[in-house]
Amino acid sequence: MTFLGFEKRTKEWKFKMKTEKSSKKQWELRLYVAGQTDRAVTAFANLKKICEEHLAGKYSIEIIDLLKNPKLARGDQIVAIPTLVRKLPEPVRKIIGDLSNTQRVLVGLDLRERT
Amino acid sequence: MALQKRKDHILSGLKKCPTGIKGLDEITEGGLPRGRPTLICGSAGCGKTLLAMEFVTRGITEFNEPGVFMAFEENAEELAVNVASLGMDVKELIRQKKLAIDYVHIERSEIEETGEYDLEGLFVRLGNMIDSIGAKRVVLDTIEALFAGLPNEAILRAELRRLFRWLKTKGVTAIITGEQGDKHLTRHGLEEYVSDCVIFLDHRLINQVATRRLRVIKYRGSKHGTNEYPALIDETGLLVLPISSLGLTYPVSAARVSTGIPRLDTMFGGKGYFRGTSVLVSGTAGSGKTSVVAAFADSICRKGEKCLYLSFEESPDQIIRNMGSIGFDLGKWVKKGLMKFRSVRPTMFGLETHLVSIHKLVEDFHPTGVVVDPVTNLSSIGDTDEVKVMMMRIVDFLKNKQVTSVFTSLTSGGSAFDQSEVGISSLMDTWILLRNIETDGERNRLLYILKSRGMAHSNQVREFILSDKGIALRDVYIGSGTVLTGSARMTQEAKDRSQELSGNQAAEHRQLELRQQHLAIDAQIAVLKAQSEGIHKEMKQLSANGHQKNKMIHQQKDDISRIRKAD
Repeated sequence: MTFLGFEKRTKEWKFKMKTEKSSKKQWELRLYVAGQTDRAVTAFANLKKICEEHLAGKYSIEIIDLLKNPKLARGDQIVAIPTLVRKLPEPVRKIIGDLSNTQRVLVGLDLRERT
Repeated sequence: MALQKRKDHILSGLKKCPTGIKGLDEITEGGLPRGRPTLICGSAGCGKTLLAMEFVTRGITEFNEPGVFMAFEENAEELAVNVASLGMDVKELIRQKKLAIDYVHIERSEIEETGEYDLEGLFVRLGNMIDSIGAKRVVLDTIEALFAGLPNEAILRAELRRLFRWLKTKGVTAIITGEQGDKHLTRHGLEEYVSDCVIFLDHRLINQVATRRLRVIKYRGSKHGTNEYPALIDETGLLVLPISSLGLTYPVSAARVSTGIPRLDTMFGGKGYFRGTSVLVSGTAGSGKTSVVAAFADSICRKGEKCLYLSFEESPDQIIRNMGSIGFDLGKWVKKGLMKFRSVRPTMFGLETHLVSIHKLVEDFHPTGVVVDPVTNLSSIGDTDEVKVMMMRIVDFLKNKQVTSVFTSLTSGGSAFDQSEVGISSLMDTWILLRNIETDGERNRLLYILKSRGMAHSNQVREFILSDKGIALRDVYIGSGTVLTGSARMTQEAKDRSQELSGNQAAEHRQLELRQQHLAIDAQIAVLKAQSEGIHKEMKQLSANGHQKNKMIHQQKDDISRIRKAD
């Protein structure tokens, strides 16, 4: 039931982000899910973990539930669920799946060189 | 009652969803299976997207069924532009909330894959569109593009299976397009998932000429035409021709149509061709085939009916000029809208396309007469069998429409006269043969009727003469056991005349002679008669004299006796 706390926490992060305006690198991430599925929960947990480890204090995460806002799927060309979209810094990057493979997530976010 | 109703429902079988595409609904006997997905496959450029788009737009405009178009290869803007040339106003339909287009694009290079996922995003997008306009029709235009975008094929396949099942539960009639693969119908074997109806579009080259064909490979729970049907994309969209399904059940008419040449009408029992039959005019180069058909075309327009002139050799202006030289003013009919020319080189497009365009022309123009000049040129774009099949389709089609059709066929120098180049003679009801004969340093044209089904026709060979006054048929010279034409005929006729003349003179002379003889005899008779009359007179005289003498003798005797006083 951790999932229910999603939005609350997101707001907190946003707030946090605002207080750290001075920071150079802003990471704007969006996680697209469709309903509170186990996979969505896993993906969120994984994402949070990675962000805390590598981007502490420099990121914001927006969760978009397509079951509530189906029209938003078009904008970012969402097909697979879950999809993590790195809106900032540009270029836009997409990572699909439950983000269980940390190495690949880091590669996908350009936090690590491709090997 | 309720039971009966249910039974009826079961018996009625599969419900169809009409596409509105001309011909396709006839082949599929009503349309695509309603509420089920249909796979349209074919190579690049075969018209899959167009067919799908027409299915949706016609669904809206003709059957009031809103539709969703999910494109994976073109965006909405491109799609709208592409089909606008075919008269489909996509933007207007979107504005009316009857059509929804979504462009799904996955850029592989910007995607990283970690862990498990599904395609719920696609479902959400599709579901949202369907619900927002109440769509009854859905198109997924080359969903296979997903295979290029998403690396995990196992997940993709599982999700596609789920997608098609989901579409069925949504109750929408869907078209899924797929690119033709090497071993399978589609590159990624979509036919495995979409198995209710599969339609194959083909776009092949035959003798460097492109031909479109359509075939229904399978259709579960329904009867359908199994042949390959010619298809065409024109300014109104896709057109499929279920022609080979035409049966030999066309109506026949006993009405006659003039050939345009009075003497030729006489040869056909005085009335000309039967209406709605096919006529073949064959002959070698320069034997006057075009002139014969022009006469026919002219006579049709003269009656105020319409004639379609399909030329594969000459431009309309050239035909009009040339036929003007023998007294047929075809330009006049064109201006009046009674005659329509269509001049194209056969190599312009494939046989099927020719066929389809002829179909369209006839449907639009409603002619009562069609001229095809010459059919033999078609053999340059297909082999004899193909041309024959095409001719069969044209002939059947025109007969069904009760259109009188005249075809010309060029017989090349070496081949037999009574063999038409493209083997179509058996399809024809009437066959007029034109021949050139060369004698005494000149060439003359002959015409005769080789066959004419169902009517008494002349078996005579006629000389066929073209002049600025039109076409004339003359008897050939058939005296003295030979057949002569042209100047030989005229010489012979002159000779005959002089012979006749001298014969007459001799007879007159003889008559004169005899008359003179007769007169001479008459004269003799008169002389003799006079003589005989003289003799007769003399004889009379003599006998009269004799009587008087006797009388006188008697008198004297009496006198003497009186004097002698005899007693």
